[in-house]
Amino acid sequence: MSNNLQTFTKGLIKENPILVLLLGCCPTLATTTSAINGMSMGLATTFVLVLSNIFISLLKGFIPDKVRIPCFIVVIASFVTVVQLVMQAYVPDIYETLGLFIPLIVVNCIVLGRAEAFASKNPVFPSLLDGLGMGLGFTLALTLLGCIREFLGSGSIFGLTILPETANILVFILPPGAFICLGFVIAIVNKLKKESH
Amino acid sequence: MAKKKESTLINMLVALLVIAAVSGGVLGLVYGVTKDTIAEVDQKKNEAAIKAVLPLEGEITFKADTLKYNYEGVDLTFPCNLAFDANGNFKGAAVKTSESGFGGKIDMMVGFLADGTIKGTSVLSHSETPGLGANMTGKFKDQFIDKNPASYRLTVSKDGGDVDAITAATITSRAFSKAVDKAYKAFEANKAQFMNHKISPITKIMEGGLDK
Repeated sequence: MSNNLQTFTKGLIKENPILVLLLGCCPTLATTTSAINGMSMGLATTFVLVLSNIFISLLKGFIPDKVRIPCFIVVIASFVTVVQLVMQAYVPDIYETLGLFIPLIVVNCIVLGRAEAFASKNPVFPSLLDGLGMGLGFTLALTLLGCIREFLGSGSIFGLTILPETANILVFILPPGAFICLGFVIAIVNKLKKESH
Repeated sequence: MAKKKESTLINMLVALLVIAAVSGGVLGLVYGVTKDTIAEVDQKKNEAAIKAVLPLEGEITFKADTLKYNYEGVDLTFPCNLAFDANGNFKGAAVKTSESGFGGKIDMMVGFLADGTIKGTSVLSHSETPGLGANMTGKFKDQFIDKNPASYRLTVSKDGGDVDAITAATITSRAFSKAVDKAYKAFEANKAQFMNHKISPITKIMEGGLDK
């Protein structure tokens, strides 16, 4: 059981996909212009990650090695499309802000990375936990980045205005701000990790 | 742990075929289930957009139509909904228009009264930068309300017009203004025919309804 717990928690901090593994930086940089965008993207990815991990773990005995990548991609792309259709139908407001980035989950390296590195070699339950942990770690990192960028760039957090408009530093909601923020957050996380050892 | 299948041609073919077929089936199923809801959501969004850009008093019947206009040498068509009151008088129109912005196409709807006054603007879809160009859906779009382009120049102040651009999003502001300008010109060029074309209460029922 402690093993399973470790499988789950390693994605949160120790092997955080963004802050430590540096996987899936493309959607990270693109969607973290505000806290809510970052969080929604993280949760949508978590959903796909958990489902794809489960199914790839189930199918691992059936898929021959040489065609595993196309098989994984088809499975992942199907789940992403399901998520997209369901969001479009039942939560049109969130779909409106995220619609553009949802199809990008297919090419998110985390999803394929976890399928390849974990789910295709492990039983179903640990794969589920791995997907959940990695997904939540991803969500955590995205929400954190979103908060920082939204606070510095638009003077608000989760849409709540905190600073007056004159205090906004516009560059933080532009692409360069994403790189700067990510760099600083990774540096701080590395420093904290070193100290705790 | 189950043993991996060997990578023989047959195994590979079967695996790919089965996975693709099952995925296709599942997607078809989900599409079938969500199709109607998505269409409904789109329809509602469309109706809400019409009401938002053309708030009119009293009993109003909308009739779908298209406007044709040659804008800067290009023939364009604008889907629109014409508004008629209970007596069949032409009250205005909600015109769909679009223009390339900073991140892609901006689809909009603009409501005009019969005299050409802008009653409201609404962005239907866009891919502008969140936090910058995407702010056009806030304060920026409201400055067009109750302006008549006959006396209100639809270009940003930087280009000598009357529109206050969004800070650091001039391209979006320009595109938005141009889209409104297109819709206005198309509306003005076509409106004469609607003015004279009173619809009688009987045909009104038959022609009534919103376009999809």
